[in-house]
Amino acid sequence: MTAQSPSMQAVLPSRRARFDKFRRRAATNPSFMAGLVVLVVIAGLALMAPLLGLHDPYAQDLSRRLIPPIWHAKGTWEHVLGTDKLGRDYLSRLIWGGRISLLLGISTVIISGVIGTGLGVAAGFFGGRVDAVVSYVVTTRLALPVVLVALAGAALVGGSLSMVILVLGLLLWDRFAVVARTATMQVARADYVAAAQAIGCSTSRIVFSEILPNILNPLIVVATLEMAHAILLEAALSFLGLGVQPPLPSWGLMISEGKQYMFFSPWVITVPGVALVILVLAINLLGDGLRDVTAPERRN
Amino acid sequence: MALLEIQNLTIDIPTSGGLLHAVRGVSLSLERGKTLAIVGESGSGKSLSSLALMDLLPRRAVRRADALRFNGVDLMCATERQKQDLRGNRMAMIFQEPMTSLNPAFTIGDQLCEVLLRHRKVSRTEARDRAVMLLEKAGITSAGTRLGQYPHQLSGGLRQRVMISMALMCEPDLIIADEPTTALDVTIQAQILRVLRDLQSEFGMAMILITHDLGVVARIADDVGVMYAGRLVETGPAAKVFTTPGHPYTRGLMDCIPTPGRTKPGERLGAIPGQVPNLVEELRGCAFRERCGQSRSACGESFPDLWLADDHRVACLSGQSAENAA
Amino acid sequence: MLAFGIRRLTISLCVALTVSIVAFFLLHMSGDIAQAIAGTDATPEQVSQIRVQFGLDRPLVEQYLNWAWGVLRFDFGTSFYFRDQVTTLIAQRLPVTLALGGISLLLALIISVPLGVLAAVKQGGWIDRAALMFCVLGQALPTFWLGLSLIIVFSVTLRWLPVSGSGTWAHFVLPSVALGWYAIPAVMRLTRNGMLDVLASDYIRTARAKGLRMPTVLFKHALRNAMIPVVALAAVQFGFMLGGSIVVEAVFSMEGLGQLAWQSIARQDFPVVQAIVLVLAVLYIGLTLLADILNAILDPRIRIA
Ligand SMILES: Nc1ncnc2c1ncn2[C@@H]1O[C@H](COP(=O)(O)OP(=O)(O)O)[C@@H](O)[C@H]1O
Ligand SMILES: [Mg+2]
Repeated sequence: MTAQSPSMQAVLPSRRARFDKFRRRAATNPSFMAGLVVLVVIAGLALMAPLLGLHDPYAQDLSRRLIPPIWHAKGTWEHVLGTDKLGRDYLSRLIWGGRISLLLGISTVIISGVIGTGLGVAAGFFGGRVDAVVSYVVTTRLALPVVLVALAGAALVGGSLSMVILVLGLLLWDRFAVVARTATMQVARADYVAAAQAIGCSTSRIVFSEILPNILNPLIVVATLEMAHAILLEAALSFLGLGVQPPLPSWGLMISEGKQYMFFSPWVITVPGVALVILVLAINLLGDGLRDVTAPERRN
Repeated sequence: MALLEIQNLTIDIPTSGGLLHAVRGVSLSLERGKTLAIVGESGSGKSLSSLALMDLLPRRAVRRADALRFNGVDLMCATERQKQDLRGNRMAMIFQEPMTSLNPAFTIGDQLCEVLLRHRKVSRTEARDRAVMLLEKAGITSAGTRLGQYPHQLSGGLRQRVMISMALMCEPDLIIADEPTTALDVTIQAQILRVLRDLQSEFGMAMILITHDLGVVARIADDVGVMYAGRLVETGPAAKVFTTPGHPYTRGLMDCIPTPGRTKPGERLGAIPGQVPNLVEELRGCAFRERCGQSRSACGESFPDLWLADDHRVACLSGQSAENAA
Repeated sequence: MLAFGIRRLTISLCVALTVSIVAFFLLHMSGDIAQAIAGTDATPEQVSQIRVQFGLDRPLVEQYLNWAWGVLRFDFGTSFYFRDQVTTLIAQRLPVTLALGGISLLLALIISVPLGVLAAVKQGGWIDRAALMFCVLGQALPTFWLGLSLIIVFSVTLRWLPVSGSGTWAHFVLPSVALGWYAIPAVMRLTRNGMLDVLASDYIRTARAKGLRMPTVLFKHALRNAMIPVVALAAVQFGFMLGGSIVVEAVFSMEGLGQLAWQSIARQDFPVVQAIVLVLAVLYIGLTLLADILNAILDPRIRIA
């Protein structure tokens, strides 16, 4: 890029400074750090699942059904978290299930983020009639009961992972749109946008180089919250039998499959449930921390 | 016995930048029925000092004093309950921001009557009657219908009149008015001050009036206190402070007032050059010396406390010669 | 004010109309409904007979208009599975869901509002920190898993409450906790932050300067203002709860609208599904309207504009 807009040159050095400041504030934010550490551990386990020398998550062994986890008297080191009703290793399924949750969370957020941000930026940037239409669409979307529509949608298009991702992605963009709209309105009033317009930058140029970078912070916070939301929704859909289909080791599905054994072997739902809570908790902590870290400094 | 007695009041506020010494040893006393004006640049600690009397400081602020006596009650030792019984009853306060000082969710009448109902055994009708009476005295027409209105339906001037009426509901001994007109239009400022002064003399209350406006001070104050950087740098009867100001800061403030004849038309109104010192640091000696035209090396050493006359006190070494002469 | 109200109402009606279109067309364009009703081993004759019987051979727009005209007269058509009026089915199931949602909301408010007030009054204290931690944790608990865990603890281990069903009030305790749990963090945060803002406001200083007792300051002057946004949020949360009760009803086998929806989706009983989507959407729209009205009642600045 040779012809940078004047504002870019003004912004670039301060961006570096802003990043340094971000790092300093992030490092001292306990919620952000806790979320980050847990998430890195989970993501690391999920990514390296094939390398960990785990049991095959799909391998059934009906002679070793419902072995309890290691903290029970009858547990064995062979299956640290026990086995499920088909004798599949629970630890292995849990870790492979983490892959599904993370993959689903991230993909969903990418789809919904693009949709929501697009709508929100358009509404905030153009205002007027565009804004009215977008607001109407958001209102309509909010009126749709999410769980029910997601269930019906997943049931219609069939319960493969990619279809669940698509359905959730098409549903969970409302918060992106609302936040992007507000943030764009604030940014669009700023001097550097007016300056860019004055020197004749194209609309797409302004949106991509002036607006998007400046509304990224709140959008990332929304992305974490929506990722958590998507993961919980997928678990609920799979639990209700209309999301991801067996034998995939989705955590929601694991809970659903364990439900009938939960009275005598409560760990079959405790283990994936706790995993779900920890993952969602970590993402939420990261998001909360991020919001505090990127928020403008308060007085005092 | 004086109505109000303050000795060595200090207020510290912990901030991200360190401990802010907002008020650093203020002493004064006020007789019944008298008006004390406190002047000084913004940030000099006037509001905090007055809030300290009511014990309404921000939660983090720490208040200390050798003595804080009101009506014979030691405010430093009083229980919260005793202080609640005094507030709004024996001492009342009018704030600077009439737009935000009234609760948006309740009617004017409710908020006015509430004070009297809290402190006196009166019926609702009696409280209402008194509210109407005071609103009328404060210059509000058709006071009866105003009682049913909400704050957002009133202009700033009207709201400040409501605040004044509210402060007077229990006929307190002391009324503290913290820049009551600063937020208002110039034309309304004079009216509000007149109302305040008239009511004060009618009810015989003492008043602490915090203001920027030295013209107002000259007209209605009995005594004047000049604050700078958390300290009272000059106190005395208004007449003496105006005719023979002892502190260079007081003189600086007075040079800022346009005087007919002395200020040439079109001349820029003076402001004292320089900046208020950082209140986080400990201050040795006179806080004003950096901005003072007459400072000498000794000014950095001590914070003098000199009596120009038995009722006129100045915290400045330059007053020394005058004192010797007296 | 009146103009605003009319505008608001018009938009709400349009949204309801849009939702009905979305619900109808999404379900009808997704495959051969007649085949789905008839089952996989039906002969082509049977399928085409069903197609005619349910009017599925007409153009889609005509089908929609017929359906919409029926909806306006509270006639949602006939269930494929039950061969019964959808309206009757919904009328049977709705009370359970409304009761569940209502009790859950009440429970959530009873817990979250006092906790939020307390957290704000003792800002930074242990109650505040514990409440905030509870919020973060609360948001991470999947409703269905919480429901199952409650069953394990309170029904199976302690044997205090029934496992499933919706017959007596005892059947509503655990489901309400599971469903209400979800609303607690949002309401508590809003209460706390609202209280913090209000407590720092000038008019609270005025109230204290009047010598009012602390309970009067807190509960009359502060809470009244802090509650304005909370009431609106509560109305909206109630809408979310009605939509979210599907999971809880499934876990606790409650005979409510949610379970009906779930089973109907699994049975591809589209008239029921689209009717429930529409009913829940209209309820939600009505609740947001109610929130606006409550806002206006509570906030004189809106009421007397
Ligand atoms: N809540 C607070 N937190 C921190 N500092 C404060 C607060 N209130 C006042 N201060 C500081 O205390 C000093 C005195 O303030 P104040 O009494 O309001 O001054 P004045 O009323 O004379 O303008 C100022 O420097 C101000 O910044
Ligand atoms: Mg002030």
